[in-house]
Amino acid sequence: MRLTDDLIASDIGAYLQKHEHKSLLRFITCGSVDDGKSTLIGRLLYDSKMIFEDQLASLEADSKRVGTQGENIDFALLVDGLAAEREQGITIDVAYRFFATDKRKFIVADTPGHEQYTRNMATGASTADVAILMIDARKGILTQTRRHSFITTLLGIRRLVLAVNKMDLVDYSEQVFNDIVEDFYDFADELATDLEIQPIPMSALAGINITENSRETDWYDGPSLMDYLETVPIGDKRLNAPFRMPVQWVNRPNLDFRGFSGQIAAGTVKPGDRIKTLPSGRQSTITRIVTATGDLDEAVAGQSITLTLADEVDSSRGDVIVSADSPAEVSDQFQVRVLWMSDTPLLPGRRYLLKIGAKTVTATINAPKYGIDINTLNDMPAKTLELNQIGVTTLSLDQAIAFDPYDENREMGGFILIDRQTNDTVGLGMIDFALRRASNIHWQAIDIDRATLAEQKGQKPAVLWFTGLSGSGKSTIANALQKRLFALGKHTFILDGDNVRHGLNRDLGFTDVDRVENVRRVSNVARLMSDAGLITLVSFISPFRDERQMARNLMADGEFVEIHVDTPLNVAEQRDVKGLYKKARAGEIKNFTGIDSPYEPPLDPELRINTVGQSPEDAAETILDYLKEKGFLAH
Amino acid sequence: MTHLDRLEAESLHIMREVASECENPVMLYSVGKDSAVMLHLAMKAFYPSRPPFPLMHVDTTWKFKEMIAFRDRKAAEMGMDLLVHINEDGVRDGVGPFTHGSAMHTDIMKTAALKQALDKYKFDAAFGGARRDEEKSRAKERVFSFRSAEHRWDPKKQRPEPWNLYNTRIHKGESIRVFPLSNWTELDIWQYIRREQIEIVPLYFAAERPVVTWNGVDIMVDDDRMPDELTKTAVMKSVRFRTLGCYPLTGAVESTASTLEEIIQEMLLTTTSERQGRVIDADQAASMEKKKQEGYF
Repeated sequence: MRLTDDLIASDIGAYLQKHEHKSLLRFITCGSVDDGKSTLIGRLLYDSKMIFEDQLASLEADSKRVGTQGENIDFALLVDGLAAEREQGITIDVAYRFFATDKRKFIVADTPGHEQYTRNMATGASTADVAILMIDARKGILTQTRRHSFITTLLGIRRLVLAVNKMDLVDYSEQVFNDIVEDFYDFADELATDLEIQPIPMSALAGINITENSRETDWYDGPSLMDYLETVPIGDKRLNAPFRMPVQWVNRPNLDFRGFSGQIAAGTVKPGDRIKTLPSGRQSTITRIVTATGDLDEAVAGQSITLTLADEVDSSRGDVIVSADSPAEVSDQFQVRVLWMSDTPLLPGRRYLLKIGAKTVTATINAPKYGIDINTLNDMPAKTLELNQIGVTTLSLDQAIAFDPYDENREMGGFILIDRQTNDTVGLGMIDFALRRASNIHWQAIDIDRATLAEQKGQKPAVLWFTGLSGSGKSTIANALQKRLFALGKHTFILDGDNVRHGLNRDLGFTDVDRVENVRRVSNVARLMSDAGLITLVSFISPFRDERQMARNLMADGEFVEIHVDTPLNVAEQRDVKGLYKKARAGEIKNFTGIDSPYEPPLDPELRINTVGQSPEDAAETILDYLKEKGFLAH
Repeated sequence: MTHLDRLEAESLHIMREVASECENPVMLYSVGKDSAVMLHLAMKAFYPSRPPFPLMHVDTTWKFKEMIAFRDRKAAEMGMDLLVHINEDGVRDGVGPFTHGSAMHTDIMKTAALKQALDKYKFDAAFGGARRDEEKSRAKERVFSFRSAEHRWDPKKQRPEPWNLYNTRIHKGESIRVFPLSNWTELDIWQYIRREQIEIVPLYFAAERPVVTWNGVDIMVDDDRMPDELTKTAVMKSVRFRTLGCYPLTGAVESTASTLEEIIQEMLLTTTSERQGRVIDADQAASMEKKKQEGYF
């Protein structure tokens, strides 16, 4: 690496010419503080002259002050970034480092190795070509090695460097090295069949086998770490795959030009190629590949370009332009692997936003089929996913999307999940395959439709959704209203929270996850009843806005009437008809709404009922007036 | 694709995401070399359309005169709307580096001014030219960096950015700083400027300029607001600038590098890092992280 100095000094033009055409390798380093990971990165930066004199001076000062290497330079201090981390002596986040040699430019994702930072490692691995697994020669393959191997291969990395570090502390023993390598091969068989593993004995601290082969390990005839990184093929299998480009932005400078801008996710494209836009399936032909420096004859995976088409295709952001001969699949239901990244666990049945490529859709995630123990790789039962847990599950979208399985193409099969309230990124996922259920189970067409059924009863179906705290008076008012409707000859039914929990929902408790599922089931039952033409009175605490919205979306337009029985907590607690508040206060009941579980009041309900100073009968009359006014009873 | 091609494609992707998903984006244009590259990339990302956002310069009123002339000419040539924001309270109070010191000047005329401007125009996303290789705390910052309604950065609440998927959703009043040059290094920037023949402010090239020594750093005499006793000490030297900012806070380096090749050569053979010329870093190691939490870009 040092040799270039001469060229820089003697012929800078030649040097730059050479360096403009370097390739780029992205890799991730996995390991704990103790494994010497930061030391290794610090040394790579140092040896490739990425450290300047002023930085070196402050490094030397820091090394003496807080370093762990006595009078020697502590390379780890170079790369410990945020103040909070320096104080704790650990690396919390993903940090990106850069260095270059004569042959390549490198981007290093430096991630912490503890289990609680699984999400950081997955983020770093998502864009990496190679993973360096740090192993302490004195300790061999540990649980964390298995975890790191699993996460990196899960995210699709197929080239692993087994960096057996601290060889100086085991007298550069070939036997120790061979035993560790053998252990790893035994275990790697479980990971993936197409792994390429390069074991290297090294000492990051002493600089052994980092940039050149060292005499201390004369029994080793493989490459030094730098040799490997400079020569490993950047196997971009995306180049030979069929063409894919998600449309990021529709480019319309004037009425005469309509282009589709995006970054090519796979394959190559030329003018004249037949393409399809998905999910619509419209076909057309590429006319131009437009860039600011002139039209291109061909563009390849990774390039950001603008395409024009021969036909007026009404394509918009989120569509995917694909090769007409081998298009991507389109579906709205999938089996996926999900890594949960939020402190708030996954709520199966709740709707999240899912972003894939340039498309954002609404996803309902089902309960996990199973979780994966990232330390043993064994399946384990899971009802939900907590922070840093990985599970296999299914999900359904509110619209169909174009995709390829993740193992074939990261960009076409990787997605993130976003919480709709907090806007946080709560999970990342990988599509395994589409479930054919959506197209296989056809809706059974029925000759007597819902309108006919309602007409027979002389009414318009409605779902009257009573929400409010326990003891607010929901059931009492629903009961009074049903009597009045019955007297008017209307066909009604009450779905009561307590009653449903004795039967249909007997298996559910009161955790957030179970509450969401509780409401999901009841909304579907209510929907069936309104299809049957009934006026359904649902009396449910239903504390979460999101699930009430889900219920609303499930019903036909205008049939959902949200009634907030707005009794203040202190009044409901004072009434305490069932004696539940007293128990909750005493800690005998957990997850009690209003006490240790939240209630999210409706922001814009159709009706808000005040029960203080109003009898249940008066409240029922108010609702009846509303129903008459809106035409539910007029037949 | 070469490494520069890959970096360029990634930056274009980032800019298009912002244009598609954010309602009211702006590009912060500081007139330096990184801004020049960023503007060049924006012209490429949306061609043949113009970039669908304006440029904004937060003018501390102490920038080099050549920077201001370059800024106005460049925006006109590119056909970009240019917004210039000055903290008028600071101007009224006569804030400047010579009278108030570098820290207070930067705080009022730069950090506070930026917040004022973002609040005034209600921008929900602002492009900045920062790179991860600049210093340690930047290495961990995301491409999309979130700011609370009070413009504060919370390093613990950063969103993961797997693959090239960016979550751009924010609540009302919050905003995003977007760094499309995150993965570029200083050398990449120079190589790209050379390859694409991007015009930069002449101050980057060596020339005979009047300089004085202030607080241990050579600075250029750019106007008559410099105290007379300092101006009197001016000598002509062949100097250039590695970064550009307020002239009293920007250290000149002695150099004869007058072409891009010579600048790159000098940079590669030099032994001090880029930020050393900036006076604001000198105090303590974690200063940048603190400043960012307070709203500095």
